[in-house]
Amino acid sequence: MYRYDEFDRTFVKERVAEFRSQVERRLDGSLSDDEFRPLRLMNGLYLQLHAYMLRVAIPYGTLSARQMRQLAMIADQWDKGYGHFTTRQNIQYNWPKLSDVPAILDALAEVEMHAIQTSGNCIRNVTADQFAGVAFDEVEDPRPTAELIRQWSSLHPEFTFLPRKFKIAVTGAAHDRAAIKAHDIGLRVLRHPDTQAIGYEVSVGGGLGRTPLIGKIIRAFLPRQDLLPYLEALMRVYNSEGRRDNKYKARVKILVHETGIEEIRKAVEEEFAVMDGPSIAADLKEVERIAAYFAPPAYETLPAASTSLQAALESNAIFARFVETNSFKHKVPGYRAITVSLKPIGGAPGDATSDEMRALADAADQFSFGELRVTHLQNIVLPYVKDDDLFALWSFLTDHGLATANIGLITDIVACPGMDYCALATARSIPIAQAIATKFADPDRQKLIGELGIKISGCINACGHHHIGHIGILGLEKSGEESYQITLGGDATETASIGERLGPGVTADAVPDTIERLVDIYLAERQADERFIDTYRRVGLERFKGAIHAVDA
Amino acid sequence: MANDLLDGDVVFLGPSKWELSHRKAQIAHSVAEAEALQARAAISFKANIIVDPYLVQVTMGAEGEPIPVHYRERMRTLGPTTRLDLGKQAEA
Repeated sequence: MYRYDEFDRTFVKERVAEFRSQVERRLDGSLSDDEFRPLRLMNGLYLQLHAYMLRVAIPYGTLSARQMRQLAMIADQWDKGYGHFTTRQNIQYNWPKLSDVPAILDALAEVEMHAIQTSGNCIRNVTADQFAGVAFDEVEDPRPTAELIRQWSSLHPEFTFLPRKFKIAVTGAAHDRAAIKAHDIGLRVLRHPDTQAIGYEVSVGGGLGRTPLIGKIIRAFLPRQDLLPYLEALMRVYNSEGRRDNKYKARVKILVHETGIEEIRKAVEEEFAVMDGPSIAADLKEVERIAAYFAPPAYETLPAASTSLQAALESNAIFARFVETNSFKHKVPGYRAITVSLKPIGGAPGDATSDEMRALADAADQFSFGELRVTHLQNIVLPYVKDDDLFALWSFLTDHGLATANIGLITDIVACPGMDYCALATARSIPIAQAIATKFADPDRQKLIGELGIKISGCINACGHHHIGHIGILGLEKSGEESYQITLGGDATETASIGERLGPGVTADAVPDTIERLVDIYLAERQADERFIDTYRRVGLERFKGAIHAVDA
Repeated sequence: MANDLLDGDVVFLGPSKWELSHRKAQIAHSVAEAEALQARAAISFKANIIVDPYLVQVTMGAEGEPIPVHYRERMRTLGPTTRLDLGKQAEA
């Protein structure tokens, strides 16, 4: 894992001291609300419906057990004993008091964490494939690239006041698990077809929110050493050409959409050609230094098949279901990456209590070289679990209520906090997720339905990524009541697509039954081993329209 | 309705100070009364006691308590609907 150097440490410490002084000045009246608001937002502190909310960055979702324990301690000492893992691989605390926030930031700094650039019109936390460094299908670990971008973009003077916020995601595999096409910039590590040199496919202009768009490829192959100069050229074009007259048209996706990818490409290449690239490019030694932090752990040489695992699988069907659903193929023989679901039936998606966080930290120490990942699907990954340890891990997780076997299934629902917490929300998200999960609680039925991603947002800003859910649900207000608009056919992967609207919105109570009717139509139409999205693409939206009953609208 | 600057708690303007319970909120029955509440809120805002104050349309409940017309503000008087152990509803 990346460790702070002296510069990082000093900078974060100074920043906390600065914020402490700003809070003091706000409380004694020296700073007005207008003056203080941008300062608190620069430190991840929002004001929500019931309380302040602190958003803490987890760069590319990678956490150590020590950091996870500190997050649990913060939840106990200054919050209400839990936190919420988000679709941006961050964690949010829902109840901090303003006067406690500097102490929380100090506690975060102790474990090399902070809340900088988790808000505001800057380059936000860089996200990555949760299986970075361990995925069997990976070209290269995307995290050194993500870390390089994090360092380059942190307080970059040119990009502190962009037209709007800016999100970058990186994947190191052809199969996109980081939703890169839904980001302002998406990077995919790949090899040049002729030279086999490592480089990047760069897409730009993806994004969800009120105008959902899929990113377009602006450079099919960018040599590795050109990464930062090229990104800087692209950011410069956006910074000067992006709209500042209308907040809703200020994201780079609108610039790309209105100007056209050809013209944007030309402008970026022109900027790239005249800039002093070598002065911006990362020093090779620095790139190597960063990469060294992500060196593989001390793997054991293990046989590809574990006899103890095989015996446990044969003797325990519940364990076998867990392994089938929650494990991911590792690049090293004898190991797997295990996803721990934060979606127990009836739970709030992405929420974890401090006890659960400590249990996850203990599990990481005992079974996964002390490392964890937060996924953009609001679950936690233990990236290095030996096949021989799987049964012991599962038993441990079971004892802590963390062995829900539903990864990728209909109850593995993504949901933003919605109106239960968020000041921007127009409707609730969490209770909708809970009601759907409860309806489909039967594990056999979930297995029968297969891969199906439901994503729920409580407003048009789409933090719940509803546009790219196989089934998307958007909570709105209609005549003073919550109303839920359903979309079908969204896809967050390399075959990215934006969901299409099924029909009029339905009431909160009608959502679970509507989903059930959609599932029934899918099962009736399904051929062979088609997933929901495959069937949907083959038969089209029209076939599903009967799922909405007029009485529910 | 507003947020307490220090705690972030949802607070309601009572006869003499900002209150944690909506039951103690002052109710305006005319435009003039509403404007008077807004003027008091503006003073509290300037004095750095509260932030984001606004008027909320209410009906009166059986016990004489104000009930916000909109579900958003109703939730603000209670707390998260998915965590009845948290927020004002837990203290009631």
